[in-house]
Amino acid sequence: MSKENWFLVILILLLLLLPLSESRFYVFLGTDILIMGLFAVSLNLLLGYTGLVSFGQAAYFGVGAYTCALLMKKASIAFPISFAAAGVFGAIVACLIGFFCIRLTKIYFAMLTLAFSQIVWAIAFKWNSLTGGDTGLIGVSFPAHLDSPTRFYYFTLVVVVLSLYLLRKLVNSPFGRILTTIRENPERTEFIGINVKLFQLIAFMISGFFAAIAGALFGIFNHSIFPDFIFWPQSAEVLIMSLLGGIYNFFGPLVGAAVLLYLRMQVTSFTQYWPLILGTILALILFFFPGGIVGFLKNQRIFAKWNR
Amino acid sequence: MEPMILNVERVKKSFDGFVAVNGVSFSVKTGEICSIIGPNGAGKTTLFNLITGHLPVDEGRLLFKGKDITRTPPHKICRLGMGRSFQRTNIFPRLTVFENIQAALVAHRGESLNFFKPVESFFREETQALLERVGLKDFAETVGGSLSYGFQKQLELGIALASDPELLLLDEPTAGMSALETHQTIQLVGRITREKGLTLLFTEHDMEVVFSISARILVLHQGRLIAEGSPEEVRNNSDVRKVYLGEAR
Repeated sequence: MSKENWFLVILILLLLLLPLSESRFYVFLGTDILIMGLFAVSLNLLLGYTGLVSFGQAAYFGVGAYTCALLMKKASIAFPISFAAAGVFGAIVACLIGFFCIRLTKIYFAMLTLAFSQIVWAIAFKWNSLTGGDTGLIGVSFPAHLDSPTRFYYFTLVVVVLSLYLLRKLVNSPFGRILTTIRENPERTEFIGINVKLFQLIAFMISGFFAAIAGALFGIFNHSIFPDFIFWPQSAEVLIMSLLGGIYNFFGPLVGAAVLLYLRMQVTSFTQYWPLILGTILALILFFFPGGIVGFLKNQRIFAKWNR
Repeated sequence: MEPMILNVERVKKSFDGFVAVNGVSFSVKTGEICSIIGPNGAGKTTLFNLITGHLPVDEGRLLFKGKDITRTPPHKICRLGMGRSFQRTNIFPRLTVFENIQAALVAHRGESLNFFKPVESFFREETQALLERVGLKDFAETVGGSLSYGFQKQLELGIALASDPELLLLDEPTAGMSALETHQTIQLVGRITREKGLTLLFTEHDMEVVFSISARILVLHQGRLIAEGSPEEVRNNSDVRKVYLGEAR
């Protein structure tokens, strides 16, 4: 087993032991980080691997959250089915939106993903009878058998670890390699015989699926869902997490999510200038460590041997 | 009659009223080494982009191995057996040399929709063999973008060869190279073309290269084909001398 895999096994064991701390704070923070980490990694499949700067990732996150909660609350459908449906519906919405977005490139692509996510937001905001509009969906309760923060933490841990396992296999597969060639050079990729737009669309759907899974988890974790989940700052935040942790490493966005959420929790307890501090950190990272936190650590001597 | 691998029939392309390629017709025989020359802006690269489907033609028809490819997208043309290199080097800069070639093999051999097996294990021997063929076996683990310009061109040739092309289009294969690199690249291209029995169509600005390896030369000027023939014929053509050879040297 490689050193990286040993490290992961130890990390997962530590995460399994986390609730033994009996600290509601850490269980809460741990759940939050795992969910947002999955969300960020799902975005990074597009951002870091395929080279598509999606500025509307919150759309799929929100779709997942609403789908799962609405199916449970309004249609009384069992949690496992609602949960799976959230992922599938996220992928379908991503397919529809992606179909149009991949026709554009660069800044136009990014703006179109933003435009579509704002449309999804507007639907959630205005469709009062279904989504509760501005007030949101209140009182989303834990599903049966997962009815305590600790139990839900374990459920989240299993889902996130399994999702990351699948995504990691995916990026190391031939399909994943082709995604990186698209990131590096779409024109050339076309002329090694690849239908670039088709591959981009598949990446979009997979990314949408996992973003929706993260959203479904978050809706339950938060006990309520608001249109804010889909509003553009949510898309920006997950983009910041990815950049902070490093987009050229599989686990970078997860590390970024952990650092951002932990810092935010610490910083907001003694100052209201969190955006200022976040902005400063991000600017420093972009200027001095374009590879993000993980990229920086991997370049250090002690960790150098971890590189393949 | 020898079979034609490529037929270009009255192909026309304009950009915002500027006619870049104006009714060009020619054919390339299977197994032939053919070059297109012409001053800057003659329309050589545009013509290539039309043939490979990167640009849609306005008028005319393109046949590859007798099959109409006028409206076929680039990735399908590539799969039919056409390889190309680009004028500005076109590799995957942040992947290693090995990964560059391996990715091209994965794409060509239909493994690109394999989602779960580790990609490292795919086509290792074939990749190694191709690296050796294009003279890059000592650079397998080097990141593509950090290679010298000449080596990057060789890598691009390797990527093009990975898709087992029958017709290889090279757009200025020696552009920006030193005299030594030019010589080596041409040797390499010539050797591979002969060994694999490829048909080669290339554009080039270096006259020495053109006259040394091509069997037939097409001369393009302001979007039109003004001459066509053996190196000897082209050299003695008065129109060519006027617009091109005289002007260049």
